[in-house]
Amino acid sequence: MGLRIIKSGIADSIQDLGRYGYQQLGISPGGVMDRIAAIIANTLVGNKMGEPVLEMHFPAATILFETSMMIAITGADFGATINGMEVLINQPILVPSNTELRFTKHKKGSKVYLSVEEGFETQNWLGSSSTSFQLKKGGVEGRYLLKNDFIPFKNKEDLEIDTLMHLPWRASMAEFYTNNRIDCIIGAEYALLEKISQKSLVTNQFKISNQSNRMGYRLEGQALLLSDKKECVSSAVSFGTIQLLPNAQMIILMADHQTTGGYPRIGQVTTSSLPTLAQVSPGDSISFELVTQEEAEAIFLQQQQNLQQLQNACNFRLQEYFKNE
Amino acid sequence: MTSSTPYQIYAIGDQGITLDYGGEISESINLKIFKLYQVLKKWQPDAVLDIIPAYQSISLIYDLGKIKKLAGTKTAYQYVEMKLVEKEALANEIDFVLNQRKIDIPVCYHKSFGLDLEELANTHQLSIGSFIDKHVQRSYRVFMIGFMPGFAYMGTVDPLIASPRKDNPRTHVPAGSVGIAGSQTGIYPFNSPGGWQIIGQTPFTLFDATKESPTLLEPGDEVTFHPISLDEFHHLKNSSS
Repeated sequence: MGLRIIKSGIADSIQDLGRYGYQQLGISPGGVMDRIAAIIANTLVGNKMGEPVLEMHFPAATILFETSMMIAITGADFGATINGMEVLINQPILVPSNTELRFTKHKKGSKVYLSVEEGFETQNWLGSSSTSFQLKKGGVEGRYLLKNDFIPFKNKEDLEIDTLMHLPWRASMAEFYTNNRIDCIIGAEYALLEKISQKSLVTNQFKISNQSNRMGYRLEGQALLLSDKKECVSSAVSFGTIQLLPNAQMIILMADHQTTGGYPRIGQVTTSSLPTLAQVSPGDSISFELVTQEEAEAIFLQQQQNLQQLQNACNFRLQEYFKNE
Repeated sequence: MTSSTPYQIYAIGDQGITLDYGGEISESINLKIFKLYQVLKKWQPDAVLDIIPAYQSISLIYDLGKIKKLAGTKTAYQYVEMKLVEKEALANEIDFVLNQRKIDIPVCYHKSFGLDLEELANTHQLSIGSFIDKHVQRSYRVFMIGFMPGFAYMGTVDPLIASPRKDNPRTHVPAGSVGIAGSQTGIYPFNSPGGWQIIGQTPFTLFDATKESPTLLEPGDEVTFHPISLDEFHHLKNSSS
């Protein structure tokens, strides 16, 4: 009862919402890059929000469902097909056994998430299944997925699905993404930026460089200058911390960030903008908008409420659907 | 910030906050951080996801939704800020260090491990023996852990052996290497690139993912080093693996 990777992708791994409680030991929380897409993938199949999911980049793995399963695909649109038939993202899908999921085209976004009903059996380490590549723990042997990897489902029932089918409802994702506009709150060293650089930060576009991965996104654009070149003593950094490097360019720390850092922190991407940032690809450009603490909190809390409502609606629909079956 | 608060508090976005004493690296400031760390560990463990002590600052990463439920009409940030001010005052009243662990670590200073030892001793006009003596004579506090899992920043070393980082960092520093950078000393838990001056190697494992507490060292620990021979190094290394 599970799925098999029959062709590996470039960087596919098991992730959940992160391994918290160990940053004082230098252990990064890791976890999914796009929290919203992962939560919605789980919600669509009736899982709890933080269940481990498969995170994939393009080109993504080709996956064989050895047993039938209810799944959901969210996040990026990579032209998913099952046995050659196009399937829709953000919608629960009933998948018969011995069918093949492929991702045929990089259409939109950067990370795709796959959830299965009840979830995957994965290796849990320090309370999380997120894959720590550095420590080789969590997920599947703490590494990217390889050809022939078998990932068992927690659900051992035979669902007896004969034909590929979408369930007739879908999650609306648009409200959670902001079209490459990234909200941020000023960071501890923002005030050290030259006035003109403070202005550049919010008036210019910045390109995501090819040197971008789960640890951080390097940006290319207008050089930003500090009025005072102060050396910072290392302190905690986080997912979304925008640091200014000595070459006057920015790096945004992502899910697999180091726990501490010493570069000037000019800003911090809001939690609600991180999913948008996660779905940006190298070569794309982003713009920054400064928001207040209060605004950032309000947007996040609204998102949480919307996710809760979505979960309630999905659970209700699933219940009704399987009751009437 | 008033004159009675010798620190700043600032946000790490919408789910993090830092209390920062600023200034230079200092043992007395780091002791304050460690006391505050002990106090904060007991506060709202459900809503606080991480507490990250550093040299002169301490940061909380929190669950915004859960904190907001406690915060009433305040923003979550204002509420955590208020609590941090309270806890800082409380931590200052603790005049003893809670739960401080003492850890003794064997180090082999043989030239095959202490890649920079001879050059450093020459620079400081010390014999290799007295350089080693100066390293083992002091006990060190673990100021913070960062850079990589289990990498403990410790200090401070005798000014007579303090040494700047290497101009050209090594692409490969072996796991267990003991180094000096400025007035800090530290141990690399993993093979890694690195710029610290390497003076020896410990046979101890600094990071073991199979253990419930995977790191040998934690913030606030008091660490001493003692010199061992090459034979003892290999004996300890074999018996631990």
